[in-house]
Amino acid sequence: MSTSLRRFLITRLLLTIPMVLILVTIIFFIMRVLPGDPIRSQLGPRVSEEQANDIRERLGLNRPLYVQYFDFLWDMITLDFGNALTQGERPIRDELGERLPATIELTIPAITFTAIIGIFSGAFAAKNRKKPIDYSIRLLSIIMYSIPVFFMGLLFQIIFSVRIPILPLSGRMDTLMLVNFNSRTNFYTIDAILSQNWPALGSVLLHLVLPSLTLGLALSGVFVRLTRVNMIEMLQSDFIVSGRARGIPENRLTYKHALRNTFIPIMTLLGLQFAILLAGAVLTETTFSWPGVGRYLVERIQLRDYTAVQATIAVFALFVALISLLMDVLYAFIDPRIRY
Amino acid sequence: MTDKDVLMQIRDLSVTYNSRLGPVSAVDKVSFDIFKGEILGLVGESGCGKSTMGKALMRMIEPPGHITGGQIIFDGEDIMTYDQKQMRDFRGRKVSMIFQDPMTSLNPVQRVDEHVIEAIQVHEPKTKKEDALERAGSLIRKLGIQKRRMNSYPHQLSGGMRQRVMVGLGLVLNADLIVADEATTSLDVIVEAKLADQLRDIQEEFGVSLLVITHNIALVAELSDRVAVMYAGSIAEIADVEPLFDAPLHPYTKGLLQSIPNIKLEDEEELYKMAGEPPNLTHPPSGCRYHPRCPYAMPICEKIEPPLDEVASGRLVKCWLYFDHPEKEEPTIKVAS
Repeated sequence: MSTSLRRFLITRLLLTIPMVLILVTIIFFIMRVLPGDPIRSQLGPRVSEEQANDIRERLGLNRPLYVQYFDFLWDMITLDFGNALTQGERPIRDELGERLPATIELTIPAITFTAIIGIFSGAFAAKNRKKPIDYSIRLLSIIMYSIPVFFMGLLFQIIFSVRIPILPLSGRMDTLMLVNFNSRTNFYTIDAILSQNWPALGSVLLHLVLPSLTLGLALSGVFVRLTRVNMIEMLQSDFIVSGRARGIPENRLTYKHALRNTFIPIMTLLGLQFAILLAGAVLTETTFSWPGVGRYLVERIQLRDYTAVQATIAVFALFVALISLLMDVLYAFIDPRIRY
Repeated sequence: MTDKDVLMQIRDLSVTYNSRLGPVSAVDKVSFDIFKGEILGLVGESGCGKSTMGKALMRMIEPPGHITGGQIIFDGEDIMTYDQKQMRDFRGRKVSMIFQDPMTSLNPVQRVDEHVIEAIQVHEPKTKKEDALERAGSLIRKLGIQKRRMNSYPHQLSGGMRQRVMVGLGLVLNADLIVADEATTSLDVIVEAKLADQLRDIQEEFGVSLLVITHNIALVAELSDRVAVMYAGSIAEIADVEPLFDAPLHPYTKGLLQSIPNIKLEDEEELYKMAGEPPNLTHPPSGCRYHPRCPYAMPICEKIEPPLDEVASGRLVKCWLYFDHPEKEEPTIKVAS
């Protein structure tokens, strides 16, 4: 690692701190400004004002706002996050520890589908520009882009698990297997491999197919368009023409020379999408009963669970920062003209 | 030049671009020969079709343009009949091309040696990387590219160095003809002169033929053995370099040579400006395409297109001034061989 790259990494990591701080501060105050509170949203009018005040006192919600704020900041620095305010008041670290792996396990194959489908059909369309296959791919990409993700999910469920029952309908794993399944990391695939439980691994992978394909397809539309536009420009560039004059085959020119030069904008969007996916998989998670963090966040926002929402957002912010940092480092590997 | 063998024969080659205003005939039934081991300069104004011609010789015209007719005969075979695979083999191995902008003609994310290895392996898939590099080694040295430069990315090289890499890539497969399309235009005069020198050395050493496409007449005068002057999609005149510059025959060539700025030009002397504009090629003028601008235009020029024919040994001109025709009343100029 060069000195300049190290300096770049350190600077970027340091810049992450104020970014996360600002974000969680905004979230902290927005949550308090919203009408309703964790007690009323859960218990409604069933508790008297006195009982409610008792609970508030127990949860520390009656303290001055600035005390709560700094308390929360301290929790964050120690990466403890404290307990949730609703739904059994479990430690947030445990809750996220169960939910986050589920979502990551869903998003990684989803983004892989997106990248493979989006980039290759985009490049293929660009190579066959203005031919019927190009128009078909473009039309299909618009359809993919505009179809609501839950609708696509339902459609897949009806086709592939009801009409032709080859794939499981929902969940992360067969319920019967889940009973005897000991999950340490909450990444079921990793757990299954570690315990060499091959039937369980098969079940987990089968359960992943529909949700990740749904999510991946829904996002691929944008990538088809982005790749196609960039590839068309790249395929007209001088180095492609001069490569052709050297007798380099068209396929090589398209998929090796031109495609690699379009990776920078594609990677940028891919990084952004990955971040959005973490939170944005709510609809997919709901459709497929996936116990992920997207659904968790929506539930807890509705319950005004201040601490849970704040902690989740803080974790997202860290993820986004790390992924964009990773992208910046990858740029330099893809394009030798970029140096830090 | 008649004692030389013909490398490539171009016969009635036409290229048309389909534009919104109708078809544009960018190259109109052009015929000429390229001899083995010669440097042929192809000059003309911007938009006269010289670059299109260069691309057409490798069948690299991109839509909306296409070759609408003619033959390109190389080694006794008409390459217009080649299929895609034969064409791919032809490009690079028989004829290769150097382009105008060396800054953008190399893949920015590929190292120089990867370019060289790829060019060889595409045509000879069994060649190992090391062998490919070794084969290219002497050529690379001759071009003045240091060995350590081979590991560089294009953006780390200067413009002149990149253009030398391009020349090297063109030569590495021992092509018989190199088409240099404005290859020196984007370089400054000193680098340009050096590259021109190198092109000449390479031509002598490897015995390749060079087709130098340029609007730089001084470069052509310096570098070429023969010159073809193009105007509005057809060739106006072809001759060996000295006779052409000493005594141009076609009125367009005369005008073109008079338009060259001279560094010794006295203050009171005005630079010659050719009358009129290059024609709109969607509706080219009838007869001779130059007649609306020609100071010697005769009635026949408007009606009938003159042939490109030999008036002296190795001297072809496309102008009614030098040919007889039943409809022509003016006297015909005879050129001494």
